[in-house]
Amino acid sequence: MSSLQLKGLTTHGRKPVRLQGVAAIVNRIVEEYRYDKSMLIQVLLRLQKSFGWLPMEMLLEVSKQMEVPLSQVYQIATFYKAFSITPRGRHLIRVCMGTACKVRGSPNILDKIQRTLNIEREQTTPDGRFTLETINCAGCCALGPVVTVDGEYHGNVKTHNVEKILEQYR
Amino acid sequence: MEEIKRIGSPKDLENLRRRLKLKKRTDKPVISICVSTGCAALGSMKVLEAIKAELEKQGLAEAVNVKETGCLGFCEQGPRLSIHPKDICYFKVKPEDAQEIVSKTVVKGEVVERLLYKDPATGKVARRLDEIPFYRHQVRPLLANNERIDPKSIEDYIALGGYEALAKALFKMTPEDVIEEIKRANLRGRGGGGFPTGIKWETTRKAPGHVKYVIVNCDEGDPGAFMDRSLMEGNPHSVLEGLIIGGYAVGAGEGFVYVREEYPLAAENITNAIRQAEEYGLLGENILGSGFNFKVRVHRGAGAFVSGESSALMNAIEGCIGEPRPKYVHTAVKGVWGKPSCLNNVKTWANVPLIILKGAEWFRKIGTEGSSGTAIFSLVGKVNNTGLVEVPMGITLRDLIYKIGGGIKDGKKFKAVQTGGPSGGFIPEQYLDLPVDFDELYKVGSMMGSGGMVVMDEDTCMVDAARFFIDFLLEESCGKCIPCREGLRLLSRILNEICEGKGVEEDITIIEEIAETMRDASLCALGTTAANPVLTSLKYFRDEWDQHLKAKRCPAKACKALINYYIDPEKCQACQLCRRECPTGAIQGGVDQVHWIEQDKCVKCGSCYEACRFNAIVKISGEPIPPPPPKGTKPVRRRGGR
Repeated sequence: MSSLQLKGLTTHGRKPVRLQGVAAIVNRIVEEYRYDKSMLIQVLLRLQKSFGWLPMEMLLEVSKQMEVPLSQVYQIATFYKAFSITPRGRHLIRVCMGTACKVRGSPNILDKIQRTLNIEREQTTPDGRFTLETINCAGCCALGPVVTVDGEYHGNVKTHNVEKILEQYR
Repeated sequence: MEEIKRIGSPKDLENLRRRLKLKKRTDKPVISICVSTGCAALGSMKVLEAIKAELEKQGLAEAVNVKETGCLGFCEQGPRLSIHPKDICYFKVKPEDAQEIVSKTVVKGEVVERLLYKDPATGKVARRLDEIPFYRHQVRPLLANNERIDPKSIEDYIALGGYEALAKALFKMTPEDVIEEIKRANLRGRGGGGFPTGIKWETTRKAPGHVKYVIVNCDEGDPGAFMDRSLMEGNPHSVLEGLIIGGYAVGAGEGFVYVREEYPLAAENITNAIRQAEEYGLLGENILGSGFNFKVRVHRGAGAFVSGESSALMNAIEGCIGEPRPKYVHTAVKGVWGKPSCLNNVKTWANVPLIILKGAEWFRKIGTEGSSGTAIFSLVGKVNNTGLVEVPMGITLRDLIYKIGGGIKDGKKFKAVQTGGPSGGFIPEQYLDLPVDFDELYKVGSMMGSGGMVVMDEDTCMVDAARFFIDFLLEESCGKCIPCREGLRLLSRILNEICEGKGVEEDITIIEEIAETMRDASLCALGTTAANPVLTSLKYFRDEWDQHLKAKRCPAKACKALINYYIDPEKCQACQLCRRECPTGAIQGGVDQVHWIEQDKCVKCGSCYEACRFNAIVKISGEPIPPPPPKGTKPVRRRGGR
């Protein structure tokens, strides 16, 4: 299966990433999990973490090396929220929209971030600095509203200190 | 002694425990700091560094033990720091306090008054944990050790009696004995369903086949719940020990721990715990010389609420997408790769070593007739003391919310408490004296769930809250079965229309019809229970629904489309704060001129409402907006702010 055949799905009109490198990166992680097919999600999680997103070339490579149909790899990459098949910004903002954070005003925080960055949910700023996402519970309900940036937790966020939090991440 | 860690027999384990206890009995003071996600978010890592640096500076680095521990539950007051052996507990500690803590408390043994917990109701200060009302009414067999254990150290756990239950099970009990003990203890599934654990184990044990699995479900997706996270982060060995005992009881050779993606620290700690247990010969081949082999693997979830459902979780372990399977045959008989698989919640597993060690009778003494033991709740929302509480089953909601939770925030009025997450329901004030256990909550249309308890006050709109859960489930529904997928879509559309003031009275009938279909025809529990929040909201708060439908008014003033912001000219001090905050420039007026809101420009973001220090900005719903004051009106000056 060549990447040409799948062009509609593959590059999203962007330049393909270095194929040589991708095969090597994927191989290192797949080896670590000993080509165990049940570890497919774990492999993708590792790739997502080190790369920030999962380009089609990477999914193809995983499918080839682990001998899992591409359809299954693609299905997993699109079913679970942790994966992104479009590029993410340098910093990932996640606003908690769980019940506890909601009753403490997280919708207003989300609004404020959207206005400040001028992007909607699931979007990335044009300069590639931030990607904005929501999660359904960060498990820090006692500190709501909670915003996490790159895995760093900010508790008891108020609308007027949103800018100060974002400024820390260049 | 350090090199040969492997423990070959129960006697070795006992010897090791004795040695560790001796080592710890030295009178070295211990400073323990909570570094779990909650306190870390409030900066406990910086406190830890500051304390270490301060000890170094004063030349006490060798004389004092600094320990990183797990969550004690009182996250609201974090970062938490305690000093043993005096058991002094400090809350809301900042890095700047390090110097005082070390030179006063550690060196001289004096207490730093301002860091102690002060009861806002009585003004009494508490030096020790058990003097704090939040803890006084709790019974904490599961959570108590979080304070004394460094989750990254197996030695801490062993010193406190860890893996003693495992030795007892392996050498003094047959697998059938273990199951019988769990059955007699009447341990019920803590994931929310309340299914008797012993019976589940027995089913798996009796199922045909040699390959069997045991699984820890730490895919705690319910919004407003973090009990499993705290246990996993704070005391991973207790869960692991329970799992090994379970593996022995059902005859499994392999176990899985499934941890959700949002809990990186929990995954790290359990992975570390497994590695240590392997080093000590408590996992792997021939455990403690008993001939029992068992291994455990950690699977990280990738962010899907539905994969917390047992069959969906098993799909995820197989490396597929986490969609539920039809369960004509229970997963206990046909689970992962078609093999019998026994899946239990984190808290259920953590209860197992306690029951084996202390006996079923001890366990039955706690709690109610039908539900034994303790329950861990995350008490959150609009309550004064938010955090994790462990209470005996059967405690009333009122005791939970008022005695432990310290009542409603800012003196507002209690409206409802939501239990059971998106599958549960709202419980109104009239049921506050209901004893909390699996059966009682079910009777009023809610359920125990895994233990999230979100308190709502008069500012929460019950229609909006119902909509929130439906929208949450709509996003999380896997889409495999039609009743759930399409039912939620329809419900969401109707509820959103009602919240926008476009609802009609017939909507209620349609909602009820959809709810019934979903309950009867959905494939998994996500769908069958999805309508519970809507139905309980309708049942107990019908008046609020009617106001939305007929008067197009939101009594709680929470539905954006139905409210307007208005500045009270009597209270406005013309301080310009709100004007600066307003993103659309909707606020008119100026220096020494009463402000007013241009309603056409207002996007109702609430920034001004939060910014105002004089309570001058009010929300109004369902009534005409008063005209703006004449231009140039001077403010009526007052002293002080809010």
